[in-house]
Amino acid sequence: MQKGKVFNRQRVVDFLLQYAMYIILLAILVTVSIIRPNFLAFGNILNILKQASTKGILALGCAGLIVLAGTDLSIGRVMGFSAAVTAALVQSVTYKSRYFPQMAQDLPLIVPLLASIAIAVIFSLINGFGVSKLKMHAFIITLGTQLIAFGANCLFIESQPSGTAQALSTFNQTFKDVAAGDLMLGTVKIPLVVLYFLGLAAIMWVVWNKTRLGKNMFAVGGNEEAARVSGVNVVRTIMLVYLIAGVLYGIAGFLEAARIQSVGANTGLGYETDAISACVIGGVSFSGGVGTIQGVVIGAVILQAINFSLNFIGVNPYYQYIIRGLIIVLAVAIDVRKYIVKK
Amino acid sequence: METTQAPLLEMSDIDKAFPGVQALSKAKLTLHAGTVHSLMGENGAGKSTLMKCLFGIYKKDAGTIRLEGNPVSFRDPKDALDNGVAMVHQELNQVLRRNVMENIWLGRLPLKHGLVDNDKMYRDTKAILDDLQMNIDPKAIIGNLSVSSRQMIEIAKAVSFNAKIVVLDEPTSSLTEKEVTHLFSIIRQLTSRGVGIIYISHKMDEILRISDEVTIMRDGMWIATRDAGKLTNAEIIRLMVNREMTQRFPPKTNKPSQVALEVRNLCGKYEPTFRDVSFDVKKGEVFGISGLVGSRRTELLNTLFGYYAKESGDIVLHGKVVDNSQPDKAALNGFSLLTEERRATGLFPQANITFNSIIANLRSYGKFLLDGRKMNRDTDWVIDAINVKTPNKRTLIRSLSGGNQQKVIIGRWLLTAPEVLLLDEPTRGIDVGAKYEIYSLILKLAEEGKSVIMVSSEMPELIGICDRILVMSNGRMAGVVERGKDFGDIPGEQETILTLAAMYV
Repeated sequence: MQKGKVFNRQRVVDFLLQYAMYIILLAILVTVSIIRPNFLAFGNILNILKQASTKGILALGCAGLIVLAGTDLSIGRVMGFSAAVTAALVQSVTYKSRYFPQMAQDLPLIVPLLASIAIAVIFSLINGFGVSKLKMHAFIITLGTQLIAFGANCLFIESQPSGTAQALSTFNQTFKDVAAGDLMLGTVKIPLVVLYFLGLAAIMWVVWNKTRLGKNMFAVGGNEEAARVSGVNVVRTIMLVYLIAGVLYGIAGFLEAARIQSVGANTGLGYETDAISACVIGGVSFSGGVGTIQGVVIGAVILQAINFSLNFIGVNPYYQYIIRGLIIVLAVAIDVRKYIVKK
Repeated sequence: METTQAPLLEMSDIDKAFPGVQALSKAKLTLHAGTVHSLMGENGAGKSTLMKCLFGIYKKDAGTIRLEGNPVSFRDPKDALDNGVAMVHQELNQVLRRNVMENIWLGRLPLKHGLVDNDKMYRDTKAILDDLQMNIDPKAIIGNLSVSSRQMIEIAKAVSFNAKIVVLDEPTSSLTEKEVTHLFSIIRQLTSRGVGIIYISHKMDEILRISDEVTIMRDGMWIATRDAGKLTNAEIIRLMVNREMTQRFPPKTNKPSQVALEVRNLCGKYEPTFRDVSFDVKKGEVFGISGLVGSRRTELLNTLFGYYAKESGDIVLHGKVVDNSQPDKAALNGFSLLTEERRATGLFPQANITFNSIIANLRSYGKFLLDGRKMNRDTDWVIDAINVKTPNKRTLIRSLSGGNQQKVIIGRWLLTAPEVLLLDEPTRGIDVGAKYEIYSLILKLAEEGKSVIMVSSEMPELIGICDRILVMSNGRMAGVVERGKDFGDIPGEQETILTLAAMYV
């Protein structure tokens, strides 16, 4: 009798620990909708999803690096550089002070997309090389590339023909339609970026769960030495995970340029914090070897939902920072509990 | 005068059980001030468990420990140290990047006006080191010193705590003959001041040289305590290994046939390593590798699998030289390696049994998308065929017992259908019942025509299931002994192997 009770209590505690983040966040959302009943309108929900999308795509990329027990501080600056390159290549040909005055007609969109991806992939591969071959800690190498990407981006923006460092804007219509348009389902407008995010999440889910690379990634993150002894090519695995992250950052940069419509030197500033927070809230463990794509998607959405609802009920922006900070601390504190082995 | 009559340390009737195994039963040990008392026994005899009970690392189930006549029960090693009982571990726990004096005084750094008093620390350290005739600079960085110097520093640290008892665990396993002589002179200095030494070692000659008394343990029990002067090597071995061997091993049914693997003049690349090892292993053979700690058996196995780099030599499988320069290549060549350190290099602790079973065999589940059903079938096979006791295949591997974890990792490699299995201490840290199952499995694999190479520190185990045993000594081959000729119900078989193992020490 007594034993059964204890057992049940243990199960309740385990359940609460497992889903604590979701429960707390759900509570916040419920509170907000009680304060402002119109909060749960369909439009608001689509808005939250739309805002979560680019950062969500970044989170999909860096989640793999966190599973490898690494991190990526360069995300924001690298994506900013990608977005700037995209912007320069999609400016309207009728715009006088465009970056490439010799450009007489719109490029096929695949060109800016590939250019954006190429930029991000270069930086990601440098990071991957530093981690896998030079055995540097991901924190250090990505701290370096963060600065390099920022400097390179400023030089790039500064060298426009107008001679000023003004933000790149005025994009052609095709780009705006494809990257920031909507899909009309009857009377409902679904932002395309949401579909891109979910599509990429689906692909990443397959990569993580159904491919050799995915299994190898979890093995390297969970126990690198055991992975090596099991015949996993550790260097190749790390490089591939970084490569994929680069591709995702590049796509995110492309979409972000369209979303914000004007790309300056500070585009992407601090995005790494949001991407990493989304992963952590979604249960990707910093000690490596643990995480799910579903978690990352939900983490990104929840993070944005919080930002949105705090704005919605008019919380002072400074308090918003404090609340977001507390949520991250809480998320990790709870997450760690799940994996502590009792001794 | 009562207190001086009492022995320095008296452990009596110590019991300790772990799930599935009685590690100690009525174990005892009496240490007198100013003497060296050696503790001997095979691996698993309970020597370290007894010491861990003394230091409070394990809680003893029953028994008493008296220090100078007063009952004590230390909470942890720090508590023991504060009471004058110190241990110098085989694996030295030191802060490698810091200097000698900081390592000695860590946790109780002398302060002056709230700041660390480096001068006092230097003077005190120098005084202790000089007193013990250790020629070591207190400001030297620990990581730059030799193992022997580092060991000396641990002894100096014990002295700095005014230790009355110092336990030395396999102190000479990585020392040269000259360093051993120096260590012994330091031990004699300590005993002349009334310190009692508990000396744990496998090396019989050294034990007879340095000890006053010797206690021999077997299967968690006290067997005998004798004056060292009245003991001989043969007597120690008889006391250590005397037991029924018939029940512990399954019948040998494998039949070695033609040569499958040849190893020619293999040398490891990075020190410490082995030199010039050559042998061959037949199809269907269980080939043992024996040797003392530090004989480089593990290094040999790791190098065969490409986990450690090789300097020179060839690995030949079925007459063809194979390139085992990396573990992934070795795995493709039909090799597999069960590593010695299950936690460090075997388990994926956060993952479940399925993941841990299939991770070395991903190539066979499809080129791009993995076949989930096949992976599940293979996991079921691992659980059934090797008899893994687990609630289900989604259970996290770290919640299984050591023996079952080991079985999953063996299963992981069996899925890759290897031709050569390299097993490093396959039964370490698992209970007797699971050991028998693993022996049966090894023999069955040999019967199916696989070549099994097995490193073990437990000699009865090698004698029980191997066809031949390569004996390593200090990184070199000392010889290969054969079943029916040198061992396998042959009188003096263990002495033969031990003599070889000590050849280059």
